[in-house]
Amino acid sequence: MSDPGILAVTKAGTDPVRAQLDGPSGTRPRRLISRRNIFLYGTLILVSLYYLLPLYVMIVTSLKGMPEIRMGNIFAPPVEITFEPWVKAWSEACTGLNCDGLSRGFWNSVRITVPSVILSIAIASVNGYALANWRFKGADIFFTILIFGAFIPYQVMLYPIVILLREMGLYGTLWGLVLVHSVFGMPILTLLFRNYFTSLPEELFKAARVDGAGFWGIYFQIMLPMSLPIFVVAMILQVTGIWNDFLFGVVYTKPEYYPMTVQLNNIVNSVQGVKEYNVNMAATILTGLVPLVIYFVSGRLFVRGIAAGAVKG
Amino acid sequence: MKSLRTLLCCTALVAGGSANATDLEVTHWWTSGGEAAAVSEFAKAFDASGDKWIDGAIAGGGGTARPVMVSRIIGGDPMGAFQFNHGRQAEELIEAGLLKDMTAVAEAEGWKDIVNPPSLLDACTLDGKIYCAPVNIHSWQWLWLSNAAFEKAGVAVPTNWDEFVAAGPALREAGIQPLALGGQPWQSSGMFNVLMATVAGPEVLQTIYGEADAELAAGDEMKAVFSAAADARELAKGSNVQDWNQATNLVITDQAGGQIMGDWAQGEFAVAGEVAGEDYTCLPGLGVREIISTGGDAFYFPVNDDPEISAAQDRLAATLLSRETQVNFNLKKGSLPIRGDIDLAAANDCMKKGLEILAAGNTMPDVNLLNTEDTNNQLNDLFVQFFQDESITPEAAQERFVEIVRNKD
Amino acid sequence: MASEAKRPIGLFRNLAAKIAAIPMILTALVVFLGGTLWTVTYSFTNSKLLPRADFVGFDQYERLWATERWQVSIENLMIYGLCSLVFSFIIGFVLAALMDQKIRFENTFRTIILYPFALSFIVTGLVWQWLLNPDLGIQNVIRSLGFTNFDFNPLYNPDIVIYGVLIAGLWQGTGLVMVLMLAGLRGIDGDIWKAARVDGIPMWKTYLFIVIPMMRPVFITTLVIIASGIVRLYDLIVAQTSGGPGISSEVPAKYVYDYMFQGQNLGQGFAASTMMLLAVAIVIIPWAMLEFGGKKRV
Repeated sequence: MSDPGILAVTKAGTDPVRAQLDGPSGTRPRRLISRRNIFLYGTLILVSLYYLLPLYVMIVTSLKGMPEIRMGNIFAPPVEITFEPWVKAWSEACTGLNCDGLSRGFWNSVRITVPSVILSIAIASVNGYALANWRFKGADIFFTILIFGAFIPYQVMLYPIVILLREMGLYGTLWGLVLVHSVFGMPILTLLFRNYFTSLPEELFKAARVDGAGFWGIYFQIMLPMSLPIFVVAMILQVTGIWNDFLFGVVYTKPEYYPMTVQLNNIVNSVQGVKEYNVNMAATILTGLVPLVIYFVSGRLFVRGIAAGAVKG
Repeated sequence: MKSLRTLLCCTALVAGGSANATDLEVTHWWTSGGEAAAVSEFAKAFDASGDKWIDGAIAGGGGTARPVMVSRIIGGDPMGAFQFNHGRQAEELIEAGLLKDMTAVAEAEGWKDIVNPPSLLDACTLDGKIYCAPVNIHSWQWLWLSNAAFEKAGVAVPTNWDEFVAAGPALREAGIQPLALGGQPWQSSGMFNVLMATVAGPEVLQTIYGEADAELAAGDEMKAVFSAAADARELAKGSNVQDWNQATNLVITDQAGGQIMGDWAQGEFAVAGEVAGEDYTCLPGLGVREIISTGGDAFYFPVNDDPEISAAQDRLAATLLSRETQVNFNLKKGSLPIRGDIDLAAANDCMKKGLEILAAGNTMPDVNLLNTEDTNNQLNDLFVQFFQDESITPEAAQERFVEIVRNKD
Repeated sequence: MASEAKRPIGLFRNLAAKIAAIPMILTALVVFLGGTLWTVTYSFTNSKLLPRADFVGFDQYERLWATERWQVSIENLMIYGLCSLVFSFIIGFVLAALMDQKIRFENTFRTIILYPFALSFIVTGLVWQWLLNPDLGIQNVIRSLGFTNFDFNPLYNPDIVIYGVLIAGLWQGTGLVMVLMLAGLRGIDGDIWKAARVDGIPMWKTYLFIVIPMMRPVFITTLVIIASGIVRLYDLIVAQTSGGPGISSEVPAKYVYDYMFQGQNLGQGFAASTMMLLAVAIVIIPWAMLEFGGKKRV
């Protein structure tokens, strides 16, 4: 139950918050096994089971051979564990000619995701900041259109954007794709940042204005340091969305830039060919690992960022 | 101009050899193991002359690959060649002048004489010009039966659809799902079209879809088809699966008696180690009429200003239809070759049945040649509902069917 | 209002902010507004595979509203949307509140709950399709434990299939809601908790009457994220049910894509998406007027 290592790290991370929140909790003594803890951890563990059950099925399936999968018991642990599907998914599965699995598109995905995430968050955070603290006439109208944009099914916009990119001379390039990701990430992210910045104490902003700080000065010196958690949320959203994007990746680039999801799609989504469920599962988990790592690592940032904000606030 | 082009193309063809080294990007949706192996036969043959096949595989069939192809073409950065089901799908791209006229290659290679059945080449032809290179034939009209399931139920393995229907109750009693049917819409409409071609006959299908004959669609012949469809619905009740191959798997594992599915189902039986005739039986044309449709895949070539690419497109087209490539490709793909002049000794029993029917000329055009995708999509909606929802009577379904036929373009 | 404190009139006021907002303005006008107008315009044409300016009036709309599948789609979206909204909020908030109780292994729990968000819909749908399959999944397991009357077969019952999709949708999406809520909870001043405790206000009351009202901005962000996900619901349906059994789990976005790309009838797809966007506009415009009309910050 209690792994001292993890505990120590978590504790270090939350300490400033703890210091504040623990306060006079008075009547409630903290024991490891209290009714409250049983309820709390019981609920969390039950909930975790719901979230883990499909993952369990995926992992178990990915470790079975196809004959075993055809037997049809999806919960049964593999009789004979095989890592073949994993190897195949990563380095052998064929995408047409190229039989080098997911590994083929991995670096392309990185090359697409990194600039797209940075650019989209940079643009949206500045937008959100301008909308929250420097409102100018008409800003609300553009913002409303932007929110409206969040609801447009983006497949509908495919062809107009093809034409737009063609006219800009960006069609088929990596930067064209980065631009598209930034544009489609903008509505949600701008909303996220705007609403976060409006909830920050206004006195800070006013004081900085009195001190003569300008638009960028306040953004970099006051807003950024206080907003780590929301940047983490934005990063979770964007890394997940862009890493898993398939449609834009194939429609706006060409094979030399195809992201990993093209291989993933090719592995899991063949229509009339033989379907290898074990390889499908392995490929899906492998593709999901990058966002997972981001979630886990940024989770710590999450806590610390809040702490920093809380101290200043 | 035309003669000049013919001349150019043929020089290119003659030149052959290592003199050509053009990269040609090819987009297709063949990605599963067997399919990929088949594509690599194309690439090998194309690369052999010094060119390079740049592979752009996009899985998911037409629905996923189509926006990619169209975007690339209207984005002004087209691929060298792309796969489409031949049929009415590409008409518009041709009319918009976006696809290359391949007539010169076709004439130089004598496609008119070698492509069998000729309807395949007709499907590539618009206003007398040839725009695509057909590469294989897939047919829909197959009933796949599990021998063990019938043994268990104590009835003989049916030899036609009526016997199959009659065996239904016995199968049910033995705890076997008589007919396996996946939940995806295309499977339902596909099955209906098979029933239509076999119960009412290919001429009826051709007239209704080809000429939008609403009267025939409302007639007694179609009434019989709808009643057969109602039988099928009864038999398919309870097959709780989605993908076509999950349904096939029910037949493979003897949990279901049979499945109506195209010849690609064979791949699943083969992978599971089943032997045609021993473990399973295939009935082309449902055993009612020995007929197969000649749908399949074809490659189209977008217009490209670069003369080098243009020449490479011609070389690719010629390669795709060459005798050797056709044999190698189709053996791996499990489909039938489009040339009548080659021998597939290595084909398995079911494939051989198909080849015989093909040789005898018992073919019919694929539904894709007669219907636009829009119409197919409406048929999908109708039949997936019909086969899954028992509250719709055959009569009501026929009425909606007549409406779709009447409004089709 | 800091920005309204002193207000020199003119184009150059707030110049830096305006320059910084140029990407947003361009996106809003050119892409979203332009794209929407383009879509609406072409919904009055009979465009098939390629967009073509061949106008046919309201033909596409007449066909759309005469199609049973479209009506079923809208009904499903209503049910799914309402349930998904309510459950996402409740589950997301409760989980976030639990996470916020200074628990051990918070990072682990959070990652477990968030992880489904990172998985491709194609396989998510497939796995849930297996789990909810009566012959393979949960029903089968429980029956084999001796409860032979146990009935749990949502995917093959047209009446409840949409709830089967909901189970998978919540599995995939609630993690993100939880994270958003958690960010909101953490943004709340620690003194408020202290004060509430000193005053002896029970915890649930503190949440309900003090904390939740303070989280309004986060709630709005979350609402938009969930709602836009609902409106665009597509992949999960394709992977899990393909709209079946029959057409009983069809949704509008799937209708749009199926007709645009599968059916090659762009006009019909555009007409359907125009109806969707119209519905969204009917909700968003009054909201925006309410929100911004009063000239006060959220």
